[in-house]
Amino acid sequence: MSDIAINASNLTKKFGDFTAVDHVTFQVKTGEIFGLLGPNGAGKSTAIRMLSTLSVPTEGSATVAGFDVKKADGKVREHIGLVSEKMIMYDELTARENLRLFGELYDIPKDVLSKRIAKLLSFVRMEQWADHRIDTFSTGMKQRINVIRALVNQPEILFLDEPTLGLDPQSTAEIRELVRRINIENRTTIILTTHMMAEADMLCDRIGIIDHGKIVALDTPGNLKRSISGTDTTFFEFEIPNLDTNTLMSIKSIGSVKSVVQDDPTHVKVTSSGDDSFDILIDALRKNGAQIRTVRNLEPSLEDVFLRITGHEVRDSVAKSPAPERKHGPPGMRSNKRVR
Amino acid sequence: MSVKRLLRHTAWICWKDLLEFSRSKMRVVMLILMPLLMMVMVGFIFPSGSSISHQPVAIANQDLAVDGISFGDRFISQLAAVNNQTGMMDISNATGFDDIKTMIQDGEISGGIIVPANFTSDLLHHKQGSITVMTDQSNPQMSAMMQSVLTAVIEQLGTQVAEYNLNQTYNVSLEDAPAILQPYNVETKGIVPGNPNYFEFVAPGIMAMVVMMSLMTGLPHAISYEKDMGTLDGMLVAPTSRWAIILGKVSSQSIRGLIQGFVILVLAVALFGVAIHGSILLVVLLIMLTVFSFVGLGILITSFADKEETATMVMMTLMFPMMFLSGVFFPIQQMPAFMQTIANFLPLTYAATAMRKVMVLGAGTPAIFTEVLILAVFGIVTLTIAVPMFKKAMSR
Repeated sequence: MSDIAINASNLTKKFGDFTAVDHVTFQVKTGEIFGLLGPNGAGKSTAIRMLSTLSVPTEGSATVAGFDVKKADGKVREHIGLVSEKMIMYDELTARENLRLFGELYDIPKDVLSKRIAKLLSFVRMEQWADHRIDTFSTGMKQRINVIRALVNQPEILFLDEPTLGLDPQSTAEIRELVRRINIENRTTIILTTHMMAEADMLCDRIGIIDHGKIVALDTPGNLKRSISGTDTTFFEFEIPNLDTNTLMSIKSIGSVKSVVQDDPTHVKVTSSGDDSFDILIDALRKNGAQIRTVRNLEPSLEDVFLRITGHEVRDSVAKSPAPERKHGPPGMRSNKRVR
Repeated sequence: MSVKRLLRHTAWICWKDLLEFSRSKMRVVMLILMPLLMMVMVGFIFPSGSSISHQPVAIANQDLAVDGISFGDRFISQLAAVNNQTGMMDISNATGFDDIKTMIQDGEISGGIIVPANFTSDLLHHKQGSITVMTDQSNPQMSAMMQSVLTAVIEQLGTQVAEYNLNQTYNVSLEDAPAILQPYNVETKGIVPGNPNYFEFVAPGIMAMVVMMSLMTGLPHAISYEKDMGTLDGMLVAPTSRWAIILGKVSSQSIRGLIQGFVILVLAVALFGVAIHGSILLVVLLIMLTVFSFVGLGILITSFADKEETATMVMMTLMFPMMFLSGVFFPIQQMPAFMQTIANFLPLTYAATAMRKVMVLGAGTPAIFTEVLILAVFGIVTLTIAVPMFKKAMSR
């Protein structure tokens, strides 16, 4: 096994005029958890689909487990597992029947497969549910089966596309724990996509931030955060009950202030630089008659990293460039006002 | 990929589909109920001649007797005698053409018979006697019924005219005559023994149609639905051939189609008295060929359609003209020329014709060679186009 599990070079996918993935180059090391972080429609899923041989790249190339996704797609498939955004399971079949069907497609000998299914079921503590139909399960239980379904062939590389999407907090924590265990106990290389900063921060060894089809930053979560906090930048969150537009405009006009984001009617996040930035901010707020109830000095989060690098917040980039598959639904709900 | 492995994957995918299908009792019941209803329905809405009864018919007898002899009266009493046996008509009286016309327009009667004034005299003077039959044209079954009754009546009347002429001209009584030659004789004969009924006409066509329907509606569900649900990705990401997926899906749908086809076959034989004159094996092989010829079309549409709903709508749009134009319910020969031309381009036409030839006429392989060839070529051509399209659609 080589050190590089996935090597993508200039990987590009176009749907007509729309470029979903735009000349993306990155490497995933064997044994790591690699995260593709970005808003919906940024091209994460399309990238995963190309790497898992479900979609043919328009341009560029990629090797997965040492095999070319275009020329040796059959070989690639033998070494990978996929947990897609939509669950790959048949609701009217039992958990065991689902695992068995997919196991058979990998030509696993019958006795080996039976043992492996039993082991996988106990791995996620679902033994007693093995012979129950999927449609009797809760979403969290379904997702556990969905994840182990991708492990029947004991893949070297596991793709997880938004594995915690739509799960309640408890199931989300369970699945994250499961991902970690798969990575540690099976030495499986994991590449996961998420739009949740906290999830990427918590799970991933390295993160590629993807926006509008391009990887805009790639490093460990720590380095990414340090890259913007290593300077004299500070992050504040003010709680101001009488916050108004004039106040926002005036702090925005301060030279040392880099960004101003209003989260809700009374909270505002400010990024600024310079040693005396706090004093300047307080003065500006007081001059406008703002009543400051609380102020917090924030640690930089991946959200701030994303904000700084892309110049906009993490939210569906649908409003700007609609991906062809995502036509329905309100484009990019604007929940918070942004002043810059 | 070895053939053995391909077939094993095919079998698993097919098994999965059937297992999923069997998990709903409702679906299994409908699988049997649909062909049953179809057969019962067509059996009763398209009646054969003998099943019509008590149609109101008016008779206007304007015949004038010659020397006390009226063939018009004899015709009517003969008609009444025939009608007593069959019970097809309820006979009433009318005065003439206009009277009958009004009665038909008012919906009181469905047909009328007029015996003209010179009927007896024409017959006695060796001229042809003519009878006018009027039918309600909005009821196409009427003319067929009237014709069959009149044929029987005239046949018997002919014997009487012959007897009378013998008696009058040669003074020979019926008892003395060594033989009587009837002036005319009607004989209907089929090429297989027994009287064919509408079921025998329609059952082979329905078999071909149901096989087509379950394939055309089943394939978009089996493939597009899984594509929509995302479960198809699970198979596509496994190291299995695209062929195994296609073959697995096709075989599960074919098995459903075959089950329905056999339900019809069994019902037709057991309940509706349809006799199969040809080889059962040939019938089975023909059903399989029908499946083969429609598979390509099904996959092609599935590949083009973005969603299951689209695929189903396209299938429905194609299916209905095929059902009615392919001679399943109505003989193609009855259709206008341009419709017949269209029918000649529909594969179901050949499937129905071949099936009918084997089941009703007892034809062997040579007699259906053309149909078999056309179905096979249609299947090969559509599959050749469909498979690359499908593979392309799957890797979008």
